[in-house]
Amino acid sequence: MKKTLFYAVLLLITIAAPYLFPDYGTQLATLWLMIIVALTWDMTGGQMGYNSLGNIFFYGTGMYVAALITIGMVHPIGEYTDASRSELMLFTEGQYFTGLIVGSLGAGLFCALSAVIIGYITFGLRGPYFAIGTLGVAIAAGELVSNWDWVGGGQGIQLPVYPGDLDTGKVVFYFLFAITGVALFIFLKWLYSTRFGAAINAIRDDEEKAEAMGIHTMRYKLTAWALSAFFVGVAGGISAFQLIHFEPLETAYQTINLGIFMVVCVLLGGKGTLWGPVVGAILFHVIKEVTWNYLLGWQWVALGALIVVTVVYFQDGIMGWLMHNKPEWFGMRVEKKEQEGTA
Amino acid sequence: MDQFLSNIGLLFEFPIVNLKIIIDGLMIGALFALAAYGLALVWGVMNVKNLAQGDFVIAGGYVAWYLSRHGMPPLLGVPVAFVVMWGVGWVVYRLVISRVIERDLFTSLLATFGLAIIMAQMLNLLFGSDTQSIQLDYDTLYFFDFIDIPIAKLLGVLMATALAVAVVLFMKKSRMGQAIRATSQDARAARVLGIDTEKVYSFTFSLNSAICGAAGAIIVMVWVIQPFYGITYSIRSFVIVTAAGLGNLPGVIAAGLGIGVAEQYGAHIFGIGYQQAIAVLLLLLVLVYRLVQQRRVRQSLK
Repeated sequence: MKKTLFYAVLLLITIAAPYLFPDYGTQLATLWLMIIVALTWDMTGGQMGYNSLGNIFFYGTGMYVAALITIGMVHPIGEYTDASRSELMLFTEGQYFTGLIVGSLGAGLFCALSAVIIGYITFGLRGPYFAIGTLGVAIAAGELVSNWDWVGGGQGIQLPVYPGDLDTGKVVFYFLFAITGVALFIFLKWLYSTRFGAAINAIRDDEEKAEAMGIHTMRYKLTAWALSAFFVGVAGGISAFQLIHFEPLETAYQTINLGIFMVVCVLLGGKGTLWGPVVGAILFHVIKEVTWNYLLGWQWVALGALIVVTVVYFQDGIMGWLMHNKPEWFGMRVEKKEQEGTA
Repeated sequence: MDQFLSNIGLLFEFPIVNLKIIIDGLMIGALFALAAYGLALVWGVMNVKNLAQGDFVIAGGYVAWYLSRHGMPPLLGVPVAFVVMWGVGWVVYRLVISRVIERDLFTSLLATFGLAIIMAQMLNLLFGSDTQSIQLDYDTLYFFDFIDIPIAKLLGVLMATALAVAVVLFMKKSRMGQAIRATSQDARAARVLGIDTEKVYSFTFSLNSAICGAAGAIIVMVWVIQPFYGITYSIRSFVIVTAAGLGNLPGVIAAGLGIGVAEQYGAHIFGIGYQQAIAVLLLLLVLVYRLVQQRRVRQSLK
């Protein structure tokens, strides 16, 4: 009962937020984006023990696939991305929204597929090699795309502006991200309670033993990564439309921005928990915006320091700290009894 | 595509172009090998994977560049960068690295990634984001009317070689070098035998940082540096170490020279825009190759 009320209040806040703080529409949408990428990173990083540094690959690829689907349905892509001509190519309102929805979902599916292919190669790598390998995939993709003229090269792609009122557009993008995020959260809440969740946790704890128990680890790893890639791809697709213009190195395959932020969000909030990534993303986003506003020029140094401090001193995260100090909040009575017994 | 093919054709039409590319590649590769040796050292001794390796290189380059602009003879930049980066390495070790040594593998990777961001941004704030280099007014040597080797580059390679020889001799002959090697073989046993491993760790990391700094000081004399070039040097170091394996000095040198040549060929065929992509793709190739190798071992064990 208490829980239902808690979730109802949260949902209400989610729905009311863009109307309560109309000036921060884009900020709130970005916050949801952070929550989505943090939750998806935690699927493999926290729950399965495979720390990827290259999940940003799916974000960038999602952006490009969504944009190319949208453009490709209406105009020849090569001519459109030729910067000198793009202003002549127009989209009707119907084409825009079809592109937005079909493009984002298509981006998700494409990313899921590419996760299976990349995963098939990289999941053989263990520990730090997996992290470096996936980081390599993301950097290589950014470099290759920025040299590929057919998709706009280093200039990137210019998508049409939201047709209609721009303020309404901001709210629409907020809700697109929010719906994706809420759907992802509910999905994960269910997923972690199934056999699948137990299986990927077993892979994290001891992969050899999990395999010996008859779990097809490769199949589970690929499925988990594909699922997380799907949601990142969808979020990337929506981002492409929200940002209107994006280019490969700084926006799409932004390895050192979002690519590392998602990991820090999870570590800050608490690895391997459902709420950790959400709490971490909110906290990180607030810290990021504050430093961006007040430490002009030094914001990156501050964020880098935050990363180092989080990783070195506070790796259990907020949820981990809470679980350790307030176990009764999580219904863990066993630990408490032990403490009483020894006291 | 036609462009690529005609570039490849050029290699066969004028074989001497190959020679020029190879010489250039070997020169660059010598510096890559230097940075990679430092990475392998730290990796082997304290099991820390330093993703900020390239940023130490670039920082060393900026030390030399800054001082040479304020009237110091450029060649002196190499030893000065060595000393300054030794200090920087020691501070970084005290603040961050000493706390991640005993932790799991991902921790050191992520912590040094954060470090890389901090260092790149600090350099950017201090020196601006333009590419910089030190112009040395030496002549260029010509061989066969076609191969031109600037003496500055030759000097750079000589200094890199001298540094490498000095470091190797130090590791082989000195007490500290022996202690470092003992710690990398078995840290616990070394501790039992009275080696202060904490001191060894801090010495190793400072030495790595100093080697990188000296390499950077050479790089700034013969090529250009920019605050954000660091990550590429880190990735190259990882490629080399992954390909060669830890504690395999000839392998590191061979892989370093090899990647230098491979990158020059790639830049010639695909254009300079692909240089970073080639470095990264080489990493992926090496990782996949290692993977296939491991699978074969596993299969033969079955």
